Amino acid sequence: MALVLNEDEVMLRDTAEGFFAEKAPVKALRTLRDTNDETGFDRALWSEMADMGFAGIAIGEDHGGVDMGFQAAGLLAEQMGKNLTASPFLSTAILAATALREAGSDAQKSEWLPKIASGETVMAVALDEGPKHNPAGIETTAEKSGNGFKLNGAKAMVVDGHVADQLIVAAKTDDGLAFFLVDPKAKGVEIERTIMVDAHNAARIDLNDVEVDGDALIGETNAEDALHKMLAAGRGIVAAELLGAGSEAFRSTVEYIKERKQFGVPVGSFQALQHRSSHLYSELEIARSAVLGALTALDAGDENANRYCSMAKAKLGEVAKLAALEGVQMHGGVGMTDEYDIGLFLKRVRVLQELLGDAAYHQNDYAKANKF
Amino acid sequence: MTDMNLDEFRTEVRGWLAENCPEEMRTPVEGDQDVCWGGRNFEFQSEAQKVWLERMAAKGWTVPTWPTEYGGAGLSRAEEKVLLSEMRKINARSPLTSFGIWMLGPALLKFGNDEQKAEHLPKIARGEIRWCQGYSEPNAGSDLASLATKAEDKGDHWIVNGQKVWTSYADKADWIFCLVRTDNTKGKHYGISFVLFDMETPGVEARPIKLISGRSPFCETFFEDVKVPKENLVGEENKGWTIAKYLLTHEREGIGAAAPMRPIHEVAAMSLGLDESDRLADPMLRTKIAEAEIDDWAFGLTMARKLAESKAGQSMGADSSMLKYYGTELNKRKFELMMDAAGHDGLEWESERSRDGKLARSWLRTKANSIEGGTSEIQLNIISKHILELPGA
Repeated sequence: MALVLNEDEVMLRDTAEGFFAEKAPVKALRTLRDTNDETGFDRALWSEMADMGFAGIAIGEDHGGVDMGFQAAGLLAEQMGKNLTASPFLSTAILAATALREAGSDAQKSEWLPKIASGETVMAVALDEGPKHNPAGIETTAEKSGNGFKLNGAKAMVVDGHVADQLIVAAKTDDGLAFFLVDPKAKGVEIERTIMVDAHNAARIDLNDVEVDGDALIGETNAEDALHKMLAAGRGIVAAELLGAGSEAFRSTVEYIKERKQFGVPVGSFQALQHRSSHLYSELEIARSAVLGALTALDAGDENANRYCSMAKAKLGEVAKLAALEGVQMHGGVGMTDEYDIGLFLKRVRVLQELLGDAAYHQNDYAKANKF
Repeated sequence: MTDMNLDEFRTEVRGWLAENCPEEMRTPVEGDQDVCWGGRNFEFQSEAQKVWLERMAAKGWTVPTWPTEYGGAGLSRAEEKVLLSEMRKINARSPLTSFGIWMLGPALLKFGNDEQKAEHLPKIARGEIRWCQGYSEPNAGSDLASLATKAEDKGDHWIVNGQKVWTSYADKADWIFCLVRTDNTKGKHYGISFVLFDMETPGVEARPIKLISGRSPFCETFFEDVKVPKENLVGEENKGWTIAKYLLTHEREGIGAAAPMRPIHEVAAMSLGLDESDRLADPMLRTKIAEAEIDDWAFGLTMARKLAESKAGQSMGADSSMLKYYGTELNKRKFELMMDAAGHDGLEWESERSRDGKLARSWLRTKANSIEGGTSEIQLNIISKHILELPGA
């Protein structure tokens, strides 16, 4: 397993590091938030990301992508985590692209994947419904209706749902779970933007007797393998984003405790903070390996790759949360102010650790898979 | 080395192992009695254990990456990985385990002179001499540099007086690598010298210490007017602290790596049973086990990653402290869960059923993990100072 980055990956990481720090730093998120931006991300930025090949990172070259794989996608996500960058990367370039790539017919792939890679189309995957991630409990139904299907249900936490040009809805059919392409403007689709605590995008989407054609079905009426692959990719990438956010929260905190003086000395000279910082450093190193291990396994087609992505999500959910919590505490009073960035990291990590399953969800899943 | 050459090497290794690894050496190591430590007085458990050591030593594969002139095979890290993976495939035991291989060897390769390397390394590689480590003293534990064992200059030799403690297997070792004080006028880190001497030298006495596990892997070791020739000094006089620290990083990498054990969840499932939905009957324990096993997976990847990074020319440096800290704390956590899972059965101390309290004694042994080789707190200090560069650390 390649746990050390190769030359191409190092180059991509360095490029991404410079790109996001310059084009989409934390300040950019503040602007989106404070101007109540309707889109919730910068469309010009997304267009530039597409030009850089980022939107097509997990899309084959025959469909206009650069096909660098999930390890590479993780390197981008890590930088976005570090800068709290708002973009439809997860919703469109990872979740939607993977669902289409894994389940779609040749015609569907040819139609949609190039539009994702070029940045032309923003897509959102409507998956979860209740307060917690629970793909096994999806209740939205797709009934046969004429030549097509009729969808009914209510979705929540649909990332980028209010700005998507196209929705991919996960719904139950007689054969199992399947994905459907749904036009957000179609009759019976109601979308409510739900601005989240981290100032990133999400939406609630109600589907009331939404009629779609037969060719709206992505692939087959049982797309569970594709669903699991999409979930694995999503979890691995969110884990990478958590790694970036957690690492940056930690880095800025260590920097702060070196500067902040009390009792005439930097507070970072106190062993109470030193040991907690060293512990957190260790946890972040372990967490980094989990992300690398999971994403390389996914690229290598390892039979345990889906499990590893779930395990990485469990680990990163815990570690990034610890980094954010310790970050606020070690910043002291200023950690509670909006002026300092550490609070924004606390909020973003809270959302990311919930997205696609929190640590408890994945620990439970690990236990079930190992029969205990 | 190209991948094709590596494939050829793999084929060669596989063939050689199939032919030369005795059947008895392809079973799991159950405890210390199955480990081949080598040394003058070592009693081989079986003819197979002896043959296995001889054959592997003849190939240079007891210390695969050491230069051939010193008893190694001069393998690259990639080739060594192939060798180890092929050995794992047939469950081959390690032919030789020793502090000579793990700790002294790397230090001698870096700091020893040609005579010292030629004298000591081949004997380590062949398992002829068993070494012990004379570091800690009753008043120099975490604060190792305050060690006081005194070496008095007598021209061509020193006379050593003092006491070491926690010297692992000192009662069974042939030679000792030892930190002694040759100067006490210029601060504690200066004036430490790294010397080697024979445990049979008059004036050396090792007394086993009985531990909470009921076992005695450690000794107190006393030196009374022990004569140590000057040619047994490694590196420069008074500047042994550098060597001592270098060796500690190797020791820490080794302690962090725990031996493979049966998955905790299997023991728990058997001991506690599953409920009607196939979940462990104790839901709180279930979550903790899942968490520990996920950490174990990620820690294993981290060991591999740090090794691969150091191969690529990046030094592991203070990260060995991170691995030591995390690995030992995790190991303790795993054994606590193993004891939770085993319940009453795990508490048996002397029965045949419990194989003389194997689990309980192993559990107790792990408590030393985060003390020996530098406590967890010391490792956290090292990370704060050398990696995070926090003030005053």
